[in-house]
Amino acid sequence: MNGIKVENISFSYTEGQPVLSNIDVHFRQESTAIIGQNGAGKTTFVKLLKGLLKPATGNIYVNGMNTQEYTVAQLAKQIGLVFQNPNDQIFKHTVIEEVMFGPKNIGQSTEEARQNSLLALEKIGIVHEADKNPYDLSLSDRKLVSIASILAMKPPIIIFDEPTMGQDYLGKERLKKIMKDLRAEGVLVLSIIHDMDFVAETFERTIVMNQGKIVLDGPTREVFSHEQLIRDVYLELPHATQLGKQLGLKQTFLTVDELINFNRKKQ
Amino acid sequence: MLSCGGFSYEKIIVENLKYKYPDTDQLALNDVSFEVEEGEVIGIVGQNSAGKSSLCLALTGLIPHFFNGAYGGKVLIDGIEVKTSTITDLSQKAGLVFDNPFTQMTASKYTVYDEIAFGLENIGVSREEMIERVDWSLKMMGIENIKDKNPFDLSGGQMQRVAIASVIAMRPEILVLDEPTSQLDPQASEEVFRVIQQLSQEGITIVIAEHKMEKLASFTDRILLLYEGKQIDFDTPQKVFSRDDLHDYGVVPPIFTTYCKAMGMKNKKTNTYPVTLAEVSSLLGGENNEWNKS
Ligand SMILES: Nc1ncnc2c1ncn2[C@@H]1O[C@H](COP(=O)(O)OP(=O)(O)O)[C@@H](O)[C@H]1O
Ligand SMILES: Nc1ncnc2c1ncn2[C@@H]1O[C@H](COP(=O)(O)OP(=O)(O)O)[C@@H](O)[C@H]1O
Ligand SMILES: [Mg+2]
Ligand SMILES: [Mg+2]
Repeated sequence: MNGIKVENISFSYTEGQPVLSNIDVHFRQESTAIIGQNGAGKTTFVKLLKGLLKPATGNIYVNGMNTQEYTVAQLAKQIGLVFQNPNDQIFKHTVIEEVMFGPKNIGQSTEEARQNSLLALEKIGIVHEADKNPYDLSLSDRKLVSIASILAMKPPIIIFDEPTMGQDYLGKERLKKIMKDLRAEGVLVLSIIHDMDFVAETFERTIVMNQGKIVLDGPTREVFSHEQLIRDVYLELPHATQLGKQLGLKQTFLTVDELINFNRKKQ
Repeated sequence: MLSCGGFSYEKIIVENLKYKYPDTDQLALNDVSFEVEEGEVIGIVGQNSAGKSSLCLALTGLIPHFFNGAYGGKVLIDGIEVKTSTITDLSQKAGLVFDNPFTQMTASKYTVYDEIAFGLENIGVSREEMIERVDWSLKMMGIENIKDKNPFDLSGGQMQRVAIASVIAMRPEILVLDEPTSQLDPQASEEVFRVIQQLSQEGITIVIAEHKMEKLASFTDRILLLYEGKQIDFDTPQKVFSRDDLHDYGVVPPIFTTYCKAMGMKNKKTNTYPVTLAEVSSLLGGENNEWNKS
Protein backbone atom coordinates (compact mmCIF):
# COMPACT_ATOMS: atom_id res chain seq x y z
CA MET A 1 0.00 0.00 0.00
CA ASN A 2 1.15 3.53 -0.75
CA GLY A 3 2.21 5.69 2.10
CA ILE A 4 4.33 8.55 3.35
CA LYS A 5 5.77 8.44 6.82
CA VAL A 6 7.01 11.73 8.21
CA GLU A 7 9.11 11.27 11.33
CA ASN A 8 9.55 14.33 13.48
CA ILE A 9 10.98 16.65 10.84
CA SER A 10 12.09 20.26 11.07
CA PHE A 11 13.16 22.64 8.34
CA SER A 12 14.28 26.24 7.83
CA TYR A 13 15.42 28.29 4.83
CA THR A 14 17.38 30.68 7.02
CA GLU A 15 19.28 29.64 10.12
CA GLY A 16 17.27 30.37 13.25
CA GLN A 17 13.96 30.92 11.46
CA PRO A 18 12.19 27.56 11.57
CA VAL A 19 9.54 27.17 8.87
CA LEU A 20 8.50 23.66 9.94
CA SER A 21 8.98 22.16 13.37
CA ASN A 22 8.41 18.69 14.80
CA ILE A 23 6.08 17.37 12.16
CA ASP A 24 5.17 13.77 12.69
CA VAL A 25 2.47 12.33 10.50
CA HIS A 26 1.58 9.25 8.46
CA PHE A 27 -0.33 9.37 5.18
CA ARG A 28 -1.97 6.12 4.17
CA GLN A 29 -4.75 5.71 1.64
CA GLU A 30 -7.19 8.45 2.64
CA SER A 31 -7.34 11.47 0.38
CA THR A 32 -6.06 14.32 2.53
CA ALA A 33 -6.42 18.08 2.44
CA ILE A 34 -3.69 20.26 3.93
CA ILE A 35 -5.11 23.61 4.99
CA GLY A 36 -3.65 26.64 6.74
CA GLN A 37 -2.95 30.33 6.52
CA ASN A 38 -0.67 31.78 3.82
CA GLY A 39 2.89 31.34 5.00
CA ALA A 40 2.02 28.45 7.34
CA GLY A 41 4.60 26.27 5.61
CA LYS A 42 2.35 24.09 3.44
CA THR A 43 4.27 24.45 0.19
CA THR A 44 7.57 23.95 2.00
CA PHE A 45 6.15 20.80 3.58
CA VAL A 46 5.10 19.21 0.29
CA LYS A 47 8.43 20.13 -1.33
CA LEU A 48 10.02 18.09 1.46
CA LEU A 49 7.68 15.16 0.75
CA LYS A 50 8.66 15.32 -2.91
CA GLY A 51 12.35 15.33 -1.96
CA LEU A 52 13.04 18.78 -3.44
CA LEU A 53 14.06 19.98 0.01
CA LYS A 54 15.60 17.76 2.66
CA PRO A 55 14.63 17.97 6.35
CA ALA A 56 17.16 19.50 8.75
CA THR A 57 16.22 16.86 11.30
CA GLY A 58 13.99 13.79 11.08
CA ASN A 59 13.18 11.52 8.14
CA ILE A 60 10.57 11.17 5.43
CA TYR A 61 9.79 7.79 3.88
CA VAL A 62 7.98 7.82 0.54
CA ASN A 63 6.72 4.31 -0.15
CA GLY A 64 9.54 3.17 2.08
CA MET A 65 12.26 5.28 0.43
CA ASN A 66 14.01 7.73 2.75
CA THR A 67 14.09 11.07 0.88
CA GLN A 68 17.53 11.81 2.36
CA GLU A 69 18.98 8.79 0.57
CA TYR A 70 17.41 9.13 -2.87
CA THR A 71 17.57 11.78 -5.55
CA VAL A 72 14.50 13.68 -6.74
CA ALA A 73 14.76 11.75 -10.02
CA GLN A 74 14.71 8.41 -8.21
CA LEU A 75 11.68 9.47 -6.19
CA ALA A 76 9.84 10.85 -9.24
CA LYS A 77 8.34 7.48 -10.13
CA GLN A 78 6.73 7.28 -6.71
CA ILE A 79 5.54 10.81 -6.11
CA GLY A 80 4.26 13.62 -8.35
CA LEU A 81 3.83 17.23 -7.24
CA VAL A 82 1.74 19.81 -9.07
CA PHE A 83 3.40 23.13 -8.24
CA GLN A 84 1.46 26.07 -6.87
CA ASN A 85 2.76 28.32 -9.63
CA PRO A 86 2.42 26.59 -13.00
CA ASN A 87 5.23 28.76 -14.42
CA ASP A 88 7.66 26.82 -12.22
CA GLN A 89 6.83 23.67 -14.11
CA ILE A 90 6.41 24.61 -17.78
CA PHE A 91 9.35 24.29 -20.20
CA LYS A 92 8.09 23.21 -23.62
CA HIS A 93 6.61 24.87 -26.68
CA THR A 94 3.41 22.93 -27.03
CA VAL A 95 1.01 21.68 -24.42
CA ILE A 96 1.32 18.07 -25.56
CA GLU A 97 5.13 18.14 -25.49
CA GLU A 98 4.99 19.72 -22.09
CA VAL A 99 2.69 17.04 -20.73
CA MET A 100 4.78 14.24 -22.32
CA PHE A 101 8.02 15.55 -20.84
CA GLY A 102 7.50 14.10 -17.34
CA PRO A 103 6.29 10.63 -18.42
CA LYS A 104 9.19 10.27 -20.88
CA ASN A 105 11.59 11.39 -18.22
CA ILE A 106 10.58 8.54 -15.92
CA GLY A 107 10.99 5.99 -18.70
CA GLN A 108 7.69 5.77 -20.57
CA SER A 109 8.08 5.15 -24.30
CA THR A 110 7.10 8.03 -26.59
CA GLU A 111 3.94 6.22 -27.64
CA GLU A 112 2.98 5.37 -24.07
CA ALA A 113 3.70 8.95 -22.98
CA ARG A 114 1.55 10.33 -25.79
CA GLN A 115 -1.36 8.04 -24.89
CA ASN A 116 -1.17 8.90 -21.20
CA SER A 117 -0.79 12.60 -21.95
CA LEU A 118 -3.78 12.78 -24.26
CA LEU A 119 -5.83 10.86 -21.74
CA ALA A 120 -4.79 13.22 -18.97
CA LEU A 121 -5.60 16.30 -21.09
CA GLU A 122 -8.95 14.77 -21.93
CA LYS A 123 -9.74 14.14 -18.27
CA ILE A 124 -8.81 17.65 -17.28
CA GLY A 125 -10.86 19.09 -20.14
CA ILE A 126 -8.19 20.82 -22.27
CA VAL A 127 -7.36 18.23 -24.93
CA HIS A 128 -8.41 20.83 -27.57
CA GLU A 129 -5.44 22.95 -26.49
CA ALA A 130 -2.88 20.17 -27.05
CA ASP A 131 -1.05 21.94 -29.88
CA LYS A 132 -1.04 25.43 -28.37
CA ASN A 133 1.93 27.10 -26.72
CA PRO A 134 1.44 26.80 -22.94
CA TYR A 135 2.36 30.48 -22.58
CA ASP A 136 -0.59 31.50 -24.76
CA LEU A 137 -2.95 29.95 -22.25
CA SER A 138 -4.54 31.70 -19.31
CA LEU A 139 -3.01 31.14 -15.88
CA SER A 140 -5.87 28.82 -14.92
CA ASP A 141 -5.41 26.68 -18.05
CA ARG A 142 -1.65 26.60 -17.49
CA LYS A 143 -2.44 25.23 -14.06
CA LEU A 144 -4.49 22.49 -15.74
CA VAL A 145 -1.57 21.69 -18.06
CA SER A 146 0.72 21.26 -15.07
CA ILE A 147 -1.84 18.96 -13.46
CA ALA A 148 -2.11 16.89 -16.65
CA SER A 149 1.69 16.52 -16.77
CA ILE A 150 1.66 14.87 -13.37
CA LEU A 151 -1.39 12.71 -14.08
CA ALA A 152 0.28 11.38 -17.24
CA MET A 153 3.24 10.14 -15.20
CA LYS A 154 0.82 7.95 -13.24
CA PRO A 155 2.72 8.04 -9.96
CA PRO A 156 1.16 6.13 -7.06
CA ILE A 157 1.27 9.29 -4.92
CA ILE A 158 0.10 12.68 -6.20
CA ILE A 159 0.29 15.99 -4.34
CA PHE A 160 -1.51 19.09 -5.56
CA ASP A 161 -0.52 22.58 -4.39
CA GLU A 162 -3.60 24.81 -4.61
CA PRO A 163 -5.08 23.07 -7.66
CA THR A 164 -8.32 25.08 -7.63
CA MET A 165 -6.49 28.40 -7.96
CA GLY A 166 -8.26 30.36 -10.71
CA GLN A 167 -10.60 27.51 -11.61
CA ASP A 168 -14.25 28.15 -12.38
CA TYR A 169 -17.16 25.98 -11.31
CA LEU A 170 -16.70 23.45 -14.10
CA GLY A 171 -12.94 23.25 -13.57
CA LYS A 172 -13.44 22.58 -9.88
CA GLU A 173 -16.02 19.89 -10.56
CA ARG A 174 -13.58 18.18 -12.94
CA LEU A 175 -10.79 18.32 -10.38
CA LYS A 176 -13.07 16.91 -7.73
CA LYS A 177 -13.90 13.98 -9.97
CA ILE A 178 -10.26 13.40 -10.92
CA MET A 179 -9.23 13.30 -7.28
CA LYS A 180 -12.04 10.94 -6.36
CA ASP A 181 -11.22 8.65 -9.30
CA LEU A 182 -7.54 8.60 -8.36
CA ARG A 183 -8.47 7.72 -4.82
CA ALA A 184 -10.69 4.88 -6.08
CA GLU A 185 -7.76 3.59 -8.16
CA GLY A 186 -5.65 3.42 -5.01
CA VAL A 187 -3.54 6.51 -5.66
CA LEU A 188 -2.62 8.43 -2.51
CA VAL A 189 -3.93 11.97 -3.05
CA LEU A 190 -2.80 14.94 -0.95
CA SER A 191 -3.73 18.52 -1.66
CA ILE A 192 -2.96 21.91 -0.23
CA ILE A 193 -6.12 23.94 -0.64
CA HIS A 194 -7.76 27.20 0.44
CA ASP A 195 -11.26 26.47 -0.79
CA MET A 196 -12.97 25.07 2.31
CA ASP A 197 -16.09 24.05 0.34
CA PHE A 198 -13.90 21.98 -1.97
CA VAL A 199 -12.15 20.43 1.04
CA ALA A 200 -15.48 19.50 2.62
CA GLU A 201 -16.83 18.01 -0.60
CA THR A 202 -13.73 16.05 -1.60
CA PHE A 203 -11.34 14.88 1.12
CA GLU A 204 -11.67 12.16 3.73
CA ARG A 205 -9.00 13.53 6.01
CA THR A 206 -7.93 17.11 6.74
CA ILE A 207 -4.74 18.39 8.30
CA VAL A 208 -4.56 21.92 9.65
CA MET A 209 -1.17 23.64 9.68
CA ASN A 210 -0.28 26.78 11.56
CA GLN A 211 3.14 28.41 11.87
CA GLY A 212 4.97 25.32 10.71
CA LYS A 213 3.12 22.87 12.93
CA ILE A 214 0.21 20.48 12.52
CA VAL A 215 -2.45 21.70 14.92
CA LEU A 216 -5.36 19.48 13.91
CA ASP A 217 -5.59 16.19 12.01
CA GLY A 218 -8.63 13.98 11.55
CA PRO A 219 -11.63 13.05 9.43
CA THR A 220 -12.76 16.17 7.58
CA ARG A 221 -16.14 16.32 9.33
CA GLU A 222 -14.51 16.16 12.72
CA VAL A 223 -11.94 18.81 11.84
CA PHE A 224 -14.69 21.22 10.80
CA SER A 225 -16.57 20.60 14.03
CA HIS A 226 -13.80 22.54 15.81
CA GLU A 227 -15.15 25.96 14.92
CA GLN A 228 -13.09 27.99 17.36
CA LEU A 229 -9.82 26.31 16.51
CA ILE A 230 -10.46 26.80 12.81
CA ARG A 231 -11.03 30.49 13.43
CA ASP A 232 -8.00 30.76 15.69
CA VAL A 233 -5.75 29.70 12.82
CA TYR A 234 -7.34 32.26 10.49
CA LEU A 235 -9.41 29.81 8.47
CA GLU A 236 -13.16 29.59 8.10
CA LEU A 237 -15.77 26.85 8.07
CA PRO A 238 -17.16 25.58 4.76
CA HIS A 239 -20.25 27.58 3.75
CA ALA A 240 -22.54 24.57 4.18
CA THR A 241 -21.20 24.08 7.71
CA GLN A 242 -21.83 27.75 8.48
CA LEU A 243 -25.36 27.45 7.11
CA GLY A 244 -26.06 24.33 9.19
CA LYS A 245 -25.06 26.22 12.33
CA GLN A 246 -27.16 29.21 11.35
CA LEU A 247 -30.14 26.87 10.92
CA GLY A 248 -29.56 25.74 14.50
CA LEU A 249 -28.50 22.20 13.64
CA LYS A 250 -26.13 20.36 15.97
CA GLN A 251 -24.43 18.12 13.40
CA THR A 252 -21.54 19.28 11.23
CA PHE A 253 -22.73 19.43 7.63
CA LEU A 254 -20.16 19.33 4.85
CA THR A 255 -22.20 19.95 1.71
CA VAL A 256 -25.34 21.81 0.76
CA ASP A 257 -26.83 18.55 -0.52
CA GLU A 258 -26.47 17.00 2.94
CA LEU A 259 -28.35 19.95 4.38
CA ILE A 260 -31.07 19.89 1.77
CA ASN A 261 -31.61 16.14 2.18
CA PHE A 262 -31.64 16.43 5.97
CA ASN A 263 -34.20 19.21 6.04
CA ARG A 264 -36.37 17.70 3.32
CA LYS A 265 -36.69 14.51 5.38
CA LYS A 266 -37.65 16.54 8.41
CA GLN A 267 -40.40 18.43 6.60
CA MET B 1 -22.55 53.33 -2.87
CA LEU B 2 -21.95 57.05 -2.77
CA SER B 3 -24.55 59.45 -4.01
CA CYS B 4 -24.83 63.15 -3.30
CA GLY B 5 -28.39 64.23 -2.73
CA GLY B 6 -29.79 61.86 -5.29
CA PHE B 7 -27.29 62.94 -7.89
CA SER B 8 -25.04 60.14 -8.87
CA TYR B 9 -22.06 60.33 -11.08
CA GLU B 10 -21.13 57.78 -13.72
CA LYS B 11 -17.50 56.94 -13.09
CA ILE B 12 -17.33 54.22 -15.72
CA ILE B 13 -19.34 54.13 -18.93
CA VAL B 14 -19.01 51.20 -21.30
CA GLU B 15 -20.90 51.45 -24.57
CA ASN B 16 -21.23 48.59 -27.05
CA LEU B 17 -17.69 47.46 -26.33
CA LYS B 18 -16.39 44.82 -28.71
CA TYR B 19 -12.90 43.43 -28.77
CA LYS B 20 -11.09 40.64 -30.60
CA TYR B 21 -7.46 39.64 -29.94
CA PRO B 22 -5.14 39.52 -32.96
CA ASP B 23 -5.17 36.19 -34.82
CA THR B 24 -8.34 34.95 -33.16
CA ASP B 25 -11.71 34.51 -34.75
CA GLN B 26 -13.99 34.97 -31.76
CA LEU B 27 -14.85 38.20 -30.00
CA ALA B 28 -13.47 38.19 -26.45
CA LEU B 29 -15.94 40.98 -25.63
CA ASN B 30 -19.13 41.11 -27.61
CA ASP B 31 -21.29 44.20 -27.23
CA VAL B 32 -20.84 44.97 -23.55
CA SER B 33 -22.61 48.06 -22.17
CA PHE B 34 -22.94 49.17 -18.57
CA GLU B 35 -22.46 52.14 -16.28
CA VAL B 36 -20.93 52.29 -12.84
CA GLU B 37 -21.48 55.05 -10.29
CA GLU B 38 -18.76 56.55 -8.17
CA GLY B 39 -18.05 54.41 -5.10
CA GLU B 40 -19.91 51.38 -6.39
CA VAL B 41 -18.48 47.88 -6.08
CA ILE B 42 -19.10 45.74 -9.16
CA GLY B 43 -18.42 42.00 -9.40
CA ILE B 44 -17.64 40.35 -12.74
CA VAL B 45 -18.60 36.68 -12.90
CA GLY B 46 -18.54 34.07 -15.64
CA GLN B 47 -16.86 30.82 -16.47
CA ASN B 48 -13.26 30.86 -17.64
CA SER B 49 -12.83 32.42 -21.10
CA ALA B 50 -16.03 34.40 -20.60
CA GLY B 51 -14.09 37.64 -21.00
CA LYS B 52 -13.54 38.77 -17.40
CA SER B 53 -9.83 39.48 -17.73
CA SER B 54 -10.30 41.13 -21.12
CA LEU B 55 -12.86 43.47 -19.61
CA CYS B 56 -10.44 44.33 -16.78
CA LEU B 57 -7.78 45.15 -19.39
CA ALA B 58 -10.25 47.25 -21.37
CA LEU B 59 -11.32 49.25 -18.31
CA THR B 60 -7.72 50.19 -17.56
CA GLY B 61 -6.74 50.89 -21.18
CA LEU B 62 -4.29 48.01 -21.67
CA ILE B 63 -6.83 47.02 -24.30
CA PRO B 64 -6.42 48.63 -26.85
CA HIS B 65 -3.12 50.38 -25.95
CA PHE B 66 -0.98 47.29 -25.29
CA PHE B 67 -3.07 44.68 -27.04
CA ASN B 68 -3.76 45.19 -30.73
CA GLY B 69 -6.75 43.59 -32.34
CA ALA B 70 -10.16 44.80 -33.37
CA TYR B 71 -11.78 47.32 -31.04
CA GLY B 72 -15.24 48.79 -31.26
CA GLY B 73 -17.49 50.84 -28.99
CA LYS B 74 -16.42 53.09 -26.19
CA VAL B 75 -15.07 53.05 -22.65
CA LEU B 76 -15.18 56.25 -20.61
CA ILE B 77 -13.25 56.39 -17.36
CA ASP B 78 -14.16 59.43 -15.29
CA GLY B 79 -15.20 61.19 -18.48
CA ILE B 80 -12.01 60.33 -20.38
CA GLU B 81 -12.29 58.12 -23.43
CA VAL B 82 -9.88 55.23 -23.04
CA LYS B 83 -9.15 54.73 -26.72
CA THR B 84 -8.15 58.31 -27.44
CA SER B 85 -6.15 59.02 -24.29
CA THR B 86 -2.73 57.80 -23.18
CA ILE B 87 -1.86 55.00 -20.78
CA THR B 88 -0.05 57.55 -18.62
CA ASP B 89 -3.20 59.64 -18.21
CA LEU B 90 -5.30 56.57 -17.59
CA SER B 91 -2.94 55.07 -15.05
CA GLN B 92 -3.49 58.09 -12.80
CA LYS B 93 -7.20 57.28 -12.78
CA ALA B 94 -7.49 53.52 -12.84
CA GLY B 95 -5.30 50.84 -11.28
CA LEU B 96 -5.29 47.16 -12.21
CA VAL B 97 -4.37 44.20 -10.03
CA PHE B 98 -3.41 41.41 -12.46
CA ASP B 99 -4.65 37.86 -11.98
CA ASN B 100 -1.07 36.62 -11.78
CA PRO B 101 0.85 38.46 -9.05
CA PHE B 102 4.16 37.63 -10.75
CA THR B 103 3.10 39.93 -13.59
CA GLN B 104 2.80 42.77 -11.13
CA MET B 105 6.30 42.46 -9.66
CA THR B 106 8.86 44.80 -11.18
CA ALA B 107 11.67 42.26 -10.63
CA SER B 108 13.92 45.26 -9.99
CA LYS B 109 13.40 45.66 -6.26
CA TYR B 110 14.85 43.62 -3.43
CA THR B 111 12.32 44.29 -0.71
CA VAL B 112 8.56 44.29 -0.53
CA TYR B 113 8.76 47.86 0.76
CA ASP B 114 10.66 49.11 -2.29
CA GLU B 115 8.41 47.10 -4.58
CA ILE B 116 5.36 48.93 -3.25
CA ALA B 117 7.17 52.29 -3.38
CA PHE B 118 8.19 51.77 -7.02
CA GLY B 119 5.03 53.12 -8.64
CA LEU B 120 5.03 56.14 -6.33
CA GLU B 121 8.65 56.97 -7.17
CA ASN B 122 7.69 56.91 -10.82
CA ILE B 123 4.94 59.47 -10.44
CA GLY B 124 7.22 61.63 -8.33
CA VAL B 125 5.38 61.92 -5.02
CA SER B 126 7.36 63.49 -2.19
CA ARG B 127 9.42 61.23 0.02
CA GLU B 128 7.23 61.99 3.01
CA GLU B 129 4.05 61.12 1.20
CA MET B 130 5.63 58.02 -0.26
CA ILE B 131 6.50 56.68 3.17
CA GLU B 132 3.04 57.48 4.41
CA ARG B 133 1.34 55.74 1.48
CA VAL B 134 3.55 52.65 1.56
CA ASP B 135 3.02 52.24 5.30
CA TRP B 136 -0.71 52.70 4.79
CA SER B 137 -0.96 50.01 2.11
CA LEU B 138 1.25 47.59 4.04
CA LYS B 139 -1.12 48.03 6.94
CA MET B 140 -4.26 47.74 4.82
CA MET B 141 -3.04 44.44 3.39
CA GLY B 142 -1.71 43.13 6.71
CA ILE B 143 1.80 42.56 5.38
CA GLU B 144 3.92 44.85 7.57
CA ASN B 145 5.73 41.75 8.83
CA ILE B 146 7.16 40.93 5.40
CA LYS B 147 8.16 44.44 4.29
CA ASP B 148 11.88 43.62 4.31
CA LYS B 149 11.59 40.31 2.45
CA ASN B 150 12.59 39.76 -1.15
CA PRO B 151 9.39 39.71 -3.26
CA PHE B 152 10.50 36.48 -4.92
CA ASP B 153 10.99 34.62 -1.61
CA LEU B 154 7.33 35.01 -0.74
CA SER B 155 4.63 32.39 -0.72
CA GLY B 156 2.06 32.83 -3.53
CA GLY B 157 -0.52 34.30 -1.19
CA GLN B 158 1.94 36.78 0.28
CA MET B 159 2.92 37.90 -3.20
CA GLN B 160 -0.71 38.38 -4.15
CA ARG B 161 -1.16 40.75 -1.22
CA VAL B 162 1.99 42.65 -2.16
CA ALA B 163 0.56 43.06 -5.68
CA ILE B 164 -2.67 44.54 -4.30
CA ALA B 165 -0.71 46.78 -1.91
CA SER B 166 1.39 48.18 -4.74
CA VAL B 167 -1.73 49.17 -6.65
CA ILE B 168 -3.71 50.69 -3.78
CA ALA B 169 -0.63 52.71 -2.76
CA MET B 170 -1.19 54.64 -6.00
CA ARG B 171 -4.62 55.64 -4.69
CA PRO B 172 -6.44 55.20 -8.00
CA GLU B 173 -9.99 56.57 -8.23
CA ILE B 174 -10.97 53.37 -9.96
CA LEU B 175 -9.60 50.07 -8.79
CA VAL B 176 -9.92 47.02 -11.04
CA LEU B 177 -8.98 43.65 -9.56
CA ASP B 178 -8.71 40.43 -11.59
CA GLU B 179 -9.22 37.45 -9.29
CA PRO B 180 -7.17 39.07 -6.53
CA THR B 181 -7.82 36.39 -3.91
CA SER B 182 -7.12 33.24 -5.94
CA GLN B 183 -4.11 32.26 -3.81
CA LEU B 184 -5.28 33.67 -0.51
CA ASP B 185 -6.33 31.79 2.58
CA PRO B 186 -9.94 32.33 3.74
CA GLN B 187 -9.11 35.01 6.28
CA ALA B 188 -6.87 36.93 3.89
CA SER B 189 -9.60 36.82 1.21
CA GLU B 190 -12.08 38.21 3.70
CA GLU B 191 -9.61 40.97 4.58
CA VAL B 192 -9.16 41.89 0.92
CA PHE B 193 -12.92 42.28 0.61
CA ARG B 194 -13.00 44.41 3.76
CA VAL B 195 -10.32 46.64 2.28
CA ILE B 196 -12.43 46.91 -0.88
CA GLN B 197 -15.43 47.85 1.21
CA GLN B 198 -13.47 50.52 3.05
CA LEU B 199 -12.05 51.97 -0.17
CA SER B 200 -15.50 52.11 -1.72
CA GLN B 201 -16.77 53.98 1.34
CA GLU B 202 -14.01 56.49 0.67
CA GLY B 203 -15.49 56.96 -2.81
CA ILE B 204 -13.20 54.69 -4.81
CA THR B 205 -15.01 52.82 -7.56
CA ILE B 206 -14.22 49.13 -7.66
CA VAL B 207 -14.58 46.41 -10.26
CA ILE B 208 -13.58 42.89 -9.28
CA ALA B 209 -13.54 39.65 -11.27
CA GLU B 210 -13.90 36.78 -8.84
CA HIS B 211 -15.09 33.16 -8.53
CA LYS B 212 -15.98 33.39 -4.83
CA MET B 213 -19.70 33.98 -5.13
CA GLU B 214 -20.36 34.11 -1.38
CA LYS B 215 -17.89 36.99 -1.08
CA LEU B 216 -19.34 38.84 -4.06
CA ALA B 217 -22.83 38.42 -2.61
CA SER B 218 -21.75 40.13 0.63
CA PHE B 219 -19.56 42.86 -0.75
CA THR B 220 -20.79 44.01 -4.16
CA ASP B 221 -23.58 46.36 -5.19
CA ARG B 222 -24.09 44.84 -8.61
CA ILE B 223 -22.91 41.83 -10.58
CA LEU B 224 -22.01 41.71 -14.25
CA LEU B 225 -22.55 38.23 -15.69
CA LEU B 226 -20.52 37.43 -18.80
CA TYR B 227 -20.76 34.43 -21.10
CA GLU B 228 -18.65 33.96 -24.23
CA GLY B 229 -17.91 37.68 -24.26
CA LYS B 230 -21.56 38.66 -24.05
CA GLN B 231 -23.18 40.51 -21.21
CA ILE B 232 -25.97 38.30 -19.87
CA ASP B 233 -27.00 40.39 -16.88
CA PHE B 234 -26.04 43.42 -14.83
CA ASP B 235 -28.05 43.63 -11.65
CA THR B 236 -28.03 43.20 -7.87
CA PRO B 237 -26.49 39.98 -6.49
CA GLN B 238 -30.00 38.92 -5.40
CA LYS B 239 -31.39 39.27 -8.92
CA VAL B 240 -28.44 37.71 -10.72
CA PHE B 241 -28.00 34.79 -8.32
CA SER B 242 -31.73 34.04 -8.31
CA ARG B 243 -31.74 33.40 -12.07
CA ASP B 244 -32.93 29.91 -12.94
CA ASP B 245 -30.58 29.68 -15.91
CA LEU B 246 -27.38 30.62 -14.05
CA HIS B 247 -26.00 27.12 -14.45
CA ASP B 248 -26.21 27.42 -18.25
CA TYR B 249 -23.53 30.10 -18.01
CA GLY B 250 -21.19 27.95 -15.93
CA VAL B 251 -21.83 29.85 -12.73
CA VAL B 252 -23.29 28.57 -9.47
CA PRO B 253 -24.87 30.90 -6.92
CA PRO B 254 -23.70 31.13 -3.29
CA ILE B 255 -24.39 27.95 -1.31
CA PHE B 256 -26.95 29.89 0.74
CA THR B 257 -28.93 30.65 -2.42
CA THR B 258 -28.73 27.04 -3.61
CA TYR B 259 -30.17 25.91 -0.30
CA CYS B 260 -32.98 28.44 -0.31
CA LYS B 261 -33.89 27.61 -3.91
CA ALA B 262 -34.12 23.92 -3.01
CA MET B 263 -36.25 24.70 0.05
CA GLY B 264 -38.45 27.25 -1.70
CA MET B 265 -37.38 30.04 0.65
CA LYS B 266 -38.02 33.16 -1.39
CA ASN B 267 -38.45 36.81 -0.52
CA LYS B 268 -42.06 37.26 -1.61
CA LYS B 269 -41.72 40.98 -2.06
CA THR B 270 -38.66 41.06 -4.30
CA ASN B 271 -39.16 37.59 -5.75
CA THR B 272 -35.49 36.78 -5.09
CA TYR B 273 -33.65 34.26 -2.92
CA PRO B 274 -31.26 35.16 -0.08
CA VAL B 275 -27.61 35.39 -1.15
CA THR B 276 -25.86 35.75 2.20
CA LEU B 277 -26.00 33.97 5.54
CA ALA B 278 -27.41 37.15 7.09
CA GLU B 279 -30.25 37.19 4.58
CA VAL B 280 -31.05 33.54 5.28
CA SER B 281 -31.30 34.17 8.98
CA SER B 282 -33.33 37.30 8.48
CA LEU B 283 -35.74 35.33 6.29
CA LEU B 284 -36.06 32.69 9.01
CA GLY B 285 -35.91 35.11 11.90
CA GLY B 286 -37.81 38.03 13.38
CA GLU B 287 -41.07 39.59 12.24
CA ASN B 288 -39.86 43.02 11.26
CA ASN B 289 -37.58 42.10 8.44
CA GLU B 290 -38.07 42.75 4.77
CA TRP B 291 -37.81 39.09 3.83
CA ASN B 292 -41.03 38.14 5.60
CA LYS B 293 -43.20 40.96 4.37
CA SER B 294 -45.46 39.59 1.73
N1 LIG C 1 12.54 30.07 -1.18
C1 LIG C 1 12.34 30.62 0.01
N2 LIG C 1 13.34 31.28 0.66
C2 LIG C 1 13.12 31.84 1.87
N3 LIG C 1 11.96 31.80 2.54
C3 LIG C 1 10.93 31.17 1.96
C4 LIG C 1 11.07 30.55 0.66
N4 LIG C 1 9.88 30.00 0.32
C5 LIG C 1 9.04 30.26 1.36
N5 LIG C 1 9.67 30.96 2.33
C6 LIG C 1 9.06 31.39 3.61
O1 LIG C 1 8.68 30.23 4.33
C7 LIG C 1 7.40 30.43 4.96
C8 LIG C 1 6.45 29.35 4.52
O2 LIG C 1 6.16 29.52 3.15
P1 LIG C 1 5.31 28.47 2.30
O3 LIG C 1 5.79 27.10 2.61
O4 LIG C 1 5.35 28.90 0.89
O5 LIG C 1 3.86 28.69 2.96
P2 LIG C 1 2.39 28.33 2.44
O6 LIG C 1 2.51 27.42 1.26
O7 LIG C 1 1.72 27.70 3.62
O8 LIG C 1 1.74 29.63 2.10
C9 LIG C 1 6.97 31.85 4.61
O9 LIG C 1 7.28 32.70 5.68
C10 LIG C 1 7.79 32.19 3.39
O10 LIG C 1 8.05 33.57 3.32
N1 LIG D 1 -3.64 37.33 -25.06
C1 LIG D 1 -4.65 36.71 -25.72
N2 LIG D 1 -4.52 36.39 -27.02
C2 LIG D 1 -5.52 35.79 -27.67
N3 LIG D 1 -6.70 35.44 -27.13
C3 LIG D 1 -6.89 35.71 -25.82
C4 LIG D 1 -5.87 36.35 -25.04
N4 LIG D 1 -6.33 36.51 -23.78
C5 LIG D 1 -7.58 35.98 -23.77
N5 LIG D 1 -7.91 35.51 -24.99
C6 LIG D 1 -9.20 34.89 -25.36
O1 LIG D 1 -10.23 35.82 -25.08
C7 LIG D 1 -11.37 35.17 -24.54
C8 LIG D 1 -11.70 35.78 -23.19
O2 LIG D 1 -10.65 35.45 -22.28
P1 LIG D 1 -10.48 36.13 -20.86
O3 LIG D 1 -10.82 37.56 -20.96
O4 LIG D 1 -9.12 35.76 -20.37
O5 LIG D 1 -11.61 35.37 -20.02
P2 LIG D 1 -11.72 35.08 -18.45
O6 LIG D 1 -10.86 36.06 -17.72
O7 LIG D 1 -13.19 35.22 -18.18
O8 LIG D 1 -11.27 33.67 -18.25
C9 LIG D 1 -11.02 33.69 -24.47
O9 LIG D 1 -11.57 33.07 -25.60
C10 LIG D 1 -9.52 33.68 -24.51
O10 LIG D 1 -9.04 32.50 -25.10
MG1 LIG E 1 1.89 27.69 -0.72
MG1 LIG F 1 -9.33 35.73 -16.30
